[in-house]
Amino acid sequence: MKLITIAGPPSSGKTSVIVALLKEWAGRGDKLSVIKFDCLTSSDKEAYEKAGIPVETGLAGNLCPDHYFVNNIGKGIAWAESQGANTLITESAGLCNRCAPHIKSIPAVCVIDALSGLNTPKKTGPMLRYADLVVVTKGDIVSQAEREVFAYRVKQAAPKARIIAVNGLTGQGVLELALLLDELSQKDRPDNDQMDNMELRFSMPTALCSYCLGEKRIGQDYQIGITREMKFS
Amino acid sequence: MTDKIANFTYTRLIKEYPYAEDFFSTRELPAPGDEVLLKEYLEGIGDEELQDKGLIREEILPELAGFLEAMESLSSSTSISSLKIQGGRAKDGNPEAVESLTVNVGDIISVVGPTGSGKSRLLEDIECLAQQDTPTNRQILIDGNAPGNNVRFSMDKKLVAQISQNMNFVMDCSALDFVIMHSESRMVPNPTEIAHEILALANELAGERFTEDTALTNLSGGQSRALMIADTALLSQSPIVLIDEIENAGVDRKKALDLLVRNEKIVFLATHDPLLALMADRRVIINGGSMIRVIETNDQERGMLCKLEEADALLLNAREQLRHGEMLH
Repeated sequence: MKLITIAGPPSSGKTSVIVALLKEWAGRGDKLSVIKFDCLTSSDKEAYEKAGIPVETGLAGNLCPDHYFVNNIGKGIAWAESQGANTLITESAGLCNRCAPHIKSIPAVCVIDALSGLNTPKKTGPMLRYADLVVVTKGDIVSQAEREVFAYRVKQAAPKARIIAVNGLTGQGVLELALLLDELSQKDRPDNDQMDNMELRFSMPTALCSYCLGEKRIGQDYQIGITREMKFS
Repeated sequence: MTDKIANFTYTRLIKEYPYAEDFFSTRELPAPGDEVLLKEYLEGIGDEELQDKGLIREEILPELAGFLEAMESLSSSTSISSLKIQGGRAKDGNPEAVESLTVNVGDIISVVGPTGSGKSRLLEDIECLAQQDTPTNRQILIDGNAPGNNVRFSMDKKLVAQISQNMNFVMDCSALDFVIMHSESRMVPNPTEIAHEILALANELAGERFTEDTALTNLSGGQSRALMIADTALLSQSPIVLIDEIENAGVDRKKALDLLVRNEKIVFLATHDPLLALMADRRVIINGGSMIRVIETNDQERGMLCKLEEADALLLNAREQLRHGEMLH
């Protein structure tokens, strides 16, 4: 199973980018699946269903969505397998910017919007800082100069990440994204054993479950305190 | 690099890499004391503070090293001498009539064809330096070679700059402050100086002048386009410039193109405007997703261009006079 975590501030264009990416991959016969993690409501399911991609939505409710993600990612992988998929993309809307769903050795993408202001890269925190790839969207409607300044600010916040511009509407840049993710997956593709020993790239902060207390290992055994399971069809 | 800077004092770091200053403020970290070694500084930050700021102690120096390396490579310029488009296939699957097109530095190529014919697709192929992996199957060679993924996909060192009529300035600051900010991010030695130069140039290109403290978002369409072109000519390191139409709204288009060419750019210009199409040395005709012909602008056409320019000047003049409440005579 090829797993990719994609995170980004609300309305940054994650779903459009993922749908465009899936179209690119569907052409070469990959079996794809998506889990969307959100907080209160999400209507993105329709966008994926329209594209014919198996999708599940998990709403975290009053739980932090990133904690909810880590509670459920193991089962999510099992669900994707049950769908006959060989690729699972998780989409999560970063809310407080403090946590990130990114997992060591699993390709991690942050989607960020060029219209969101020059300080956004700085404010976005671990989901940007510890991503392998930063996708800048909506760059097609701002000037070249502003794009360059924005890319510089992203570089400052996440010097090790590759930065690429993608237009989620026309698909411009998606080819690059797909090729770079292929490269990362070849380098990082975890075998089954590694899937059982996944660890977050950055710990999650103070609240109510073991991840709030700094737990990074993923799996049923490590979940203590208030957790919530997602229902899979 | 990581090991090297670990033993730097903050004073030495800033002396050798002035732009490193922002690295700490971006992370909400207090600036290190002047004479403190960076490794000691990092050890002195409490676990809780790092947690609160979303930072991993062991990652901070490698990140700083990565940032400095990226900035060093940014300040070296990229120069190319030619670009070659290898034809692919049309929308109907047949091979493109134009098998290949080579363009050298200083050339202006206009791209003409009906709406929906595939002009934007050609610009996109150039933008992503297509390697037979886009729907058109075209390949772009730089100086005769296929560019590696590093060159193709780096957003911070792009070979291609784009200016399109859909692009606007959205940032909330004055024109001068913005251009200084852009100069700083391009690592130029005298950001303020070059910013004044760019604004002066933009004013030369724009029909109507604007002051340096005009808010970026208050610039008119023509002024914005003029500023984008002046900025790209003087500040962008990208040697290839793609322009998707320059509106007629009071931009001195001839001067703008001369400016780009003088700064050793290769310019592609998708346009419906006969003046712009003829200002190019050659024009590519696009239809059905295919480059069907390349036409060199000949003397007869240049003669026509003069007449068209006169007509254009007449029209512009009339516009100006009417706007100023005068009567035409």
